[in-house]
Amino acid sequence: MLKHRIIPCLDVKNGRIVKGINFVDLVDAGDPVEQAKIYDEQGADEICFLDITASNENRNIILDTVKKTAEKCFIPLTVGGGVRTIQDIRNLLLAGADKVSINTAAINNKNLVKESSEKFGSQCIVVAIDAKKVKDNKWEIFTHGGRKATGIDVLKFVEKVESLGAGEILLTSMDRDGTKKGYDLDLTKKVSKLINIPVIASGGVGSLEHLHQGIKIGKANAVLAASIFHFGKHSILEAKQYLDSKGIPVRI
Amino acid sequence: MPIAIVDYGSGNIRSAAKALEAANKNLKIVVTSDPSVIKKSDKIILPGQGSFRDCYLGIKKINGLIDALNDFVLFKKKPIFGICVGMQLFAKVGYESKETIGFGWIDGVVKKINNINKTLKLPHMGWNQIEFKKDYMLFSGIENKSHMYFVHSYEFLTKQKDCIVATTNYGNSIIAAIAKDNIFGTQFHPEKSQKNGLKLLKNFLDWKF
Repeated sequence: MLKHRIIPCLDVKNGRIVKGINFVDLVDAGDPVEQAKIYDEQGADEICFLDITASNENRNIILDTVKKTAEKCFIPLTVGGGVRTIQDIRNLLLAGADKVSINTAAINNKNLVKESSEKFGSQCIVVAIDAKKVKDNKWEIFTHGGRKATGIDVLKFVEKVESLGAGEILLTSMDRDGTKKGYDLDLTKKVSKLINIPVIASGGVGSLEHLHQGIKIGKANAVLAASIFHFGKHSILEAKQYLDSKGIPVRI
Repeated sequence: MPIAIVDYGSGNIRSAAKALEAANKNLKIVVTSDPSVIKKSDKIILPGQGSFRDCYLGIKKINGLIDALNDFVLFKKKPIFGICVGMQLFAKVGYESKETIGFGWIDGVVKKINNINKTLKLPHMGWNQIEFKKDYMLFSGIENKSHMYFVHSYEFLTKQKDCIVATTNYGNSIIAAIAKDNIFGTQFHPEKSQKNGLKLLKNFLDWKF
């Protein structure tokens, strides 16, 4: 039986983890490679890096981070943030990423999803969507960290990118992100039921029960979380044991 | 003599190379598309990502590569390990995007995973358990029902049931590993399947065929 995936996500800036962590046994607490290795050992099903490096001249640092991670972690690695061109995707895949997530560029240039999935295969093209609820049963895509409205309807957009060849959707609720109140389950469920490719729920996890709800109620195929794992509140193994106790199939 | 990873422009070759190095630090691993290097190798890994058609055409584009691979596998009978689409290419025909001829080393075809009523998400993506269909030497040290990482929408179908060494379940039973003499392939990605995957790669490297 196919298992639901638990995916820890690390925000990386100029090659360093942005959000603080307090694992005492880390040689270098800000090193994403070290952190990824720990998650791998704890049983993470995949690892996700979100590169939030602002300046263009430092954008190649992430490639080095990906290279080093790929030498040490033998589980899938997804990398996103600032991916704009076919060449960006190629560079990340060659460095050792297994999947690349495209966010703003997928909105500005739908051809990128089509072209990249044809070139590299749907399996490595993840479309990341930042969604905000605008009224009942209606969510809109926002860019620039939730500041810029696009006027694009989330449900229409996910169907579109599925038809263009996206292999997976990383769905973040901007209303919930950072709130620790749990995923937007309504949104997650609507998207999950609508499309035939896997959906990763993201944004708002504050407890292990939230992970459970994302899968059970939101029908997500995978659940992504950042802070509950970073701050040592819970290990990946604890998360899996909790889900297992609730009857959710996970890899332990 | 080195172990060659066949590089024909398909996806993430670096991961496979690093996983092989982790599996056995003493072996020389070369990433190559050069038919003469492949001829001199002891064993080869044939990776594959993307579509069956793109992968086969990618191999075909490199002068002499198809002949070198056929010679290596059919006449020299040296070990080959196909990963994901690399395994699917062992089939006679693939039906992804357009009908495309494969190597035909194993009598089979590659078709889209049967998704009746669209109840399954495709790709079949994530960790699934493999079930051994026979006692097979490359599985030594790996437990039955171990988890491996899969990502694919097409599956290998064959009437040569004796070649099926492991299956997984996704809607139906799907071939997870296939073997015939010196030919071995997995639908899952051993290089992404943590300890179990590394063990399988190690077994392949240690394999005395």
